[in-house]
Amino acid sequence: MELERHTYDVVVVGAGGAGLRAAIEAHESGARTAVVCKSLLGKAHTVMAEGGIAAAMANLYPEDNWRVHFRDTMRGGKMLNHWRMAQLHAQEAPDRVRELEDWGALFDRTPDGLISQRDFGGHRYARLAHVGDRTGLELIRTLQQRTVALGIDVYMECTVTRLLTDEGGITGAFGYWRESGRFVAWQAPSVVLATGGIGKSYKVTSNSWEYTGDGHSLALQAGASLVNMEFVQFHPTGMVWPPSVRGILVTESVRGDGGILKNSAGNRFMFDYIPDFFRKETAETEAEADRWYDDKKNNRRPPELLPRDEVARAINSEVKAGRGTPHGGVFLDIASRRSAEYIRKRLPSMYHQFKELAEVDITAEPMEVGPTCHYVMGGVEVDPDTEAARVSGLFAAGEVAGGMHGSNRLGGNSLSDLLVFGRRAGAAAAEHARGRHGLELPDEALADAARAALAPFDREGGENPYTVQHDLQQTMHDLVGIIRTAPEMEQALERIAALKERVANLSVEGHRQYNPGWHLALDLPHMLVVSECIARAALERQESRGGHTRDDFPATDAEWAKTNLICTQAADGSVALTRQPLPQMPSDLAGIFEETA
Amino acid sequence: MSYDATFRVWRGNADGGDLQTFTVEVNEGEVVLDVIHRLQATQAGDLAVRWNCKAGKCGSCSAEINGRPRLMCMTRMSTFGEDETVTVTPMRAFPVVRDLVTDVSYNYDKAAQIPAFNPRQRDADGNHRMQQIDVERSQEFRKCIECFLCQDTCHVIRDHEENKKAFAGPRFLIRLAELDMHPLDVTDRKDAAQDEFGLGYCNITKCCSEVCPEGIHLTDNGIIPLKERVVDRKFDPLTFLGSKIRRRPKD
Amino acid sequence: MTATAPRGTGAVSPGHGNGMPAPRRATITERTLRTDRWWVQPLITVVVLVLFIIYATFRAFQNAHYLSEPYISPFYSPCITTQCEGDTFPELFTGPAWISPALYILIFPLGIRLTCYYYRKAYYRSFWLSPPACAVAEPHKRYTGETRLPLIGQNIHRYALYAALVINVILFYDVVLAFRDETGEWGHMGLGTVVLLVNAVLLFLYSLSCHSCRHIVGGRINNFSKHPLRYKAWGLVSQLNGRHMQFAWASLFSVAFADFYVLLLATDTITDLRFF
Repeated sequence: MELERHTYDVVVVGAGGAGLRAAIEAHESGARTAVVCKSLLGKAHTVMAEGGIAAAMANLYPEDNWRVHFRDTMRGGKMLNHWRMAQLHAQEAPDRVRELEDWGALFDRTPDGLISQRDFGGHRYARLAHVGDRTGLELIRTLQQRTVALGIDVYMECTVTRLLTDEGGITGAFGYWRESGRFVAWQAPSVVLATGGIGKSYKVTSNSWEYTGDGHSLALQAGASLVNMEFVQFHPTGMVWPPSVRGILVTESVRGDGGILKNSAGNRFMFDYIPDFFRKETAETEAEADRWYDDKKNNRRPPELLPRDEVARAINSEVKAGRGTPHGGVFLDIASRRSAEYIRKRLPSMYHQFKELAEVDITAEPMEVGPTCHYVMGGVEVDPDTEAARVSGLFAAGEVAGGMHGSNRLGGNSLSDLLVFGRRAGAAAAEHARGRHGLELPDEALADAARAALAPFDREGGENPYTVQHDLQQTMHDLVGIIRTAPEMEQALERIAALKERVANLSVEGHRQYNPGWHLALDLPHMLVVSECIARAALERQESRGGHTRDDFPATDAEWAKTNLICTQAADGSVALTRQPLPQMPSDLAGIFEETA
Repeated sequence: MSYDATFRVWRGNADGGDLQTFTVEVNEGEVVLDVIHRLQATQAGDLAVRWNCKAGKCGSCSAEINGRPRLMCMTRMSTFGEDETVTVTPMRAFPVVRDLVTDVSYNYDKAAQIPAFNPRQRDADGNHRMQQIDVERSQEFRKCIECFLCQDTCHVIRDHEENKKAFAGPRFLIRLAELDMHPLDVTDRKDAAQDEFGLGYCNITKCCSEVCPEGIHLTDNGIIPLKERVVDRKFDPLTFLGSKIRRRPKD
Repeated sequence: MTATAPRGTGAVSPGHGNGMPAPRRATITERTLRTDRWWVQPLITVVVLVLFIIYATFRAFQNAHYLSEPYISPFYSPCITTQCEGDTFPELFTGPAWISPALYILIFPLGIRLTCYYYRKAYYRSFWLSPPACAVAEPHKRYTGETRLPLIGQNIHRYALYAALVINVILFYDVVLAFRDETGEWGHMGLGTVVLLVNAVLLFLYSLSCHSCRHIVGGRINNFSKHPLRYKAWGLVSQLNGRHMQFAWASLFSVAFADFYVLLLATDTITDLRFF
C-alpha cells in the first residue's frame, strides 16, 4: 500500500476559527503542529459567520463585564451550559479579540478609536466586535495569515477518516488527499478535533457540505463521548426563496440593527411569544422596543432579540397558523425602519446576498425568512479547562465540542468560543505531547483504514451516495426537526437503521482522483451516526428546552434541568445513551443570577 | 417553471480533456452551481467541483462561465436564455486537477512570501486606537474572499505562465496595499512590492476589478495607490532627496 | 511505504501531496469562450482616438487659424514663440519658422494623457491588445508590463500632472481674456467664451480627478484622522476620481471642439454668437 507518513506533536483536524487558533497556540507552545482540513485554507465555515464576536470589552457600555456576559450565556442556554466553560469563555473573550488586532484584524471602531460593539439577541449590552456583517471572514483571514506567518504546515483538501489509538490513547490519524485519493498517516500523540458541526444531515441548513459531523463521529469511534446531542439550533432567519438558496443565513444583525419580524397580516408578532423566563427583560410595547436602540438603560429589549430558539419557534408557529408569506416564511423588515445608506453600510453582504440571489432590494422591501438548521450545541464531552476528551491525547474545540452553550447558543458566542477554547485546546495538546515520542502506527491498523476507505469502489451496482444523503436529510428535516414528537423520532430511528444498511452497500463510479461521489460515500457513515445520536438523545429527553422542543412534552422539567445525556459507542458499534448529572456551579457564581435578575 | 438547458462542461485532467454536452433540468431561481450539482447527483457522480458556502462568501466555486471568470454560486440561470448553451470550464490560468477543479497553490505560495503584518505597540491600557476613517481603506481589501478570479483573469499570468515567478497577481498586490495603508503596521513593503512582487507588471487594464465578486476596486483603490506610493519611494527625485536630507517619521 | 519527510514552512498546497511534477492547465484551444461582443469596446476606443489623433496632428502642424480675437485655440496656448500670431503670453524665444508653436505646447497634454492611468488601460487594451478584453488571450509571446524601459517611464505621471496643472491655469487665463472683445475692451462675452470656459473646466476636472492627484492630496498618508483637511480633500478628489474616465473623454472632445470653434471663426466660416 502506498502511504505518505508524517510525524508531529499536535495534529489539528479542521481549519476554521477553533482549529487555526489551536494550531497557533500549539505552535507557540513549541509543538510541531499540522493542520488538516477538507477545504482550501480560509474557506472553512467560519467565513459564514456574519454578526460578530461576543466579548464583554465594555467599549460602549462600561456597565458590561464578564459576569453579565456569563449570566446572559447561561440564561440563553437555559442553564444547561457547563458553568466552567461559560465562565472561562466570558472571562477570556476580550483578550482573544484584542490579540486578533495584533495579527492584523481591522474591526469597526467607536468614536474613541476602540473596537465597536453591536447588539445581538440575548446579550444585555452591545457586545459583538464586528466588521460590517462579515466578521467571520475577518476572523478566518486573520488567523489564516497568522498561521502562514508562523510557518505552520497545513494539509489542504485532505480528509481524516480515522483516529488511530492504542491502549495509551491517541497515536495519530489516517486520511486521504481529496485531490489524488492517496492515503496519508500522521503520527502524533495529540489530536485536536475542530471539525465544526453536523448541519448537512438536515435538508434546510445554513451549513456547507463540510458539516458532516466527522469530528463527532471520529471521537465516538476513538472511545470519546458526546454530550447533549439533542440540542440543535435552528437559526430563525434563513432565506426561504428561491428554493435553491433556501436555508442560507440571514444574519441576526439585521434585527440587532433595527429589523423587525412581521407576519402576512403585518403584525409584529414577536410580542405574542415572550416567554415568562424572559418577560422581565423584554419590552411590552412597540414604542418601548423602538426606544431601546438608543436608550438601553430605561427601556427593555425588543422581543425580536430574544434568544434564537424562542424566535425560531415563534416563526414556525406563525407559518403553521397560516400567517406566513407566500413562500412559507415571515417578513423581516428593515427597509421601513432604517435609511438605505445605513443598511448598506451596516449590512453590506446581506444587501449583496439578497440582491444577487433573490433579486430583493433589502433597503426597499422586506426579506422573507424562516428557520434553518444552523448549529449543534451538543458535541464531544470535554474538560472545560483543557478541552480534553475522554480519550487521552484527544482534544476538541469549537462547534464539535459540547457543553459550552447548554441547550441554546447566543449569537456571537460562537466566534468567541472558537478563540477561547481553540487556544486552550492548542496549549493543552502541546503540553500533552511533551515527552511523548516514538509512537508506532501498526501497519495492520493502517491497512484496515485504507481498506475501509476503498470499499465503495469494490462494490458494483450499489446505490448512489447522493440519493442516500438526500433521504437522510429529508428524514431529519421531517422527523427530528424543530418540533419533535416521540412517534416521529422512533420512525426516524427506524429509517436511520435502514439507511445504515444502504450506506454499507454504496458504490461509486470513477477513480480516486478528486471524486466527490467517493468523498460523500465516506462522509455518509459520519452523518448517520451523528443523526442517530441526535434522534436517540432527543427521544430520551422528555422536556422542551432551548434547541430541543417536544410537542408531547412542551414544558421544561426540573429533573431534566440537572441532567446531561451522554452518547458513546457500544462494543457492537451501536450508539449507547446514558444520563449524567449536570456539573453544579459554585455558590459565588450562582450568586450572579440573583444580583442582576 | 423548469426547463431543460444545454450545458457544456469541461471534463478531464492534466493529461487532457474536452467539453462534454449535457441536457439538464433547471428550476426557477437556480444558479449555475445548482445545475452542476444536479449533474453530479443524476448524470456524472464523479464530476469534480470545488464549493463550500454557496452564498458568495467563501470564494471556492470559481470557474469560467461562457468564458467569463465567475463564482458558480452567484451566477443566476435567469441571466441566460433558455435556449442558450452554457459553457462551464475550470479557471484557465491555473493547472487543472480534474474537471472544474484547479490547483490554486500558486496563490498560497505567494501569500506565504508576503512579509507578515507587524504592529506597533499597544497603548498603555492594552488597546489599539484607530479611527474608522483610518481603517476603511484596508477594510475594503479585507473583504476579499480569495476566490482568485482576479488572478485567473489577469493577463500577466493568464497568458504568460513564465511571469508567475515574478508577479504576485492582483490579489496579493491589494494585500500589499492593505498592509501599507494599515494604521498599525510598521513594516515597509514598498521596495518589495516593486522588486519581489512585480507591481510593475501590472498595466492597469482593470480586468481584476471587473471580475471581483465582492466589488473591490482593486485597481483604483489598491494597485494604483500602491504604484503611487512606490513612485514616492523610487521615482520621485524630490522625496528621494528629502529622505536623504532628513529622515521623516512614517505617517 | 514512503518515509517521513521533513516539510517546509508555510501552507502545504494541494497537488504537493503526491510528489508528482506540477500539473498542466486545462486543454482548451479557443482563445476565448466569451459569447458577448467583447471587441466592441476596444474598437470604439481605437476609432475615436485615431480620429482625434488625425485631427490634432493636422491642426498642430497647420500653424494657422488658431487665433480669432479674443479667442485662442487651446492647442496653441500659451503662445510662447515669436512666430505666434497672438499676444496672450510673453514671447520667450524664436524657434525655427517651420516648427508650429503648437508642438511646444502639445507635449504637455500629450504627456499627461499618455501616462494617465485611465488612458493606459484604454490604449493597452485597444491598441496593444494586452489584453483586448478580459479573459481574451493576448497575441504577444512575451510580456513585461511596465517593469522596464520605455514603459517604466509611466511612473512619471505625476510630473505630467504638474505640467498639466500649469496649462490648466493658462487656459483659465485665456478664458478671462475672452471676456474682452476683439479690440481689447473688457465686458464682452460670446459663445467662444463659453466654449473656452467649458473646455478649461473639463480639462481642470480631468487633472484634478487624476489618480496621482488623489495620492498627492491625501492618499499617501495613513492616518487621515490626524489630517482632517487633507482627508476632506482626498474625499473630494476620490469622488472625482470615480469619474476620471468620463472626464478624460469629455475633455478630449471639448479640447478638440474648442480648437475647431476657433478654426471656424479664424477662417470666417462662422461668426461668434455674442451675448454682450
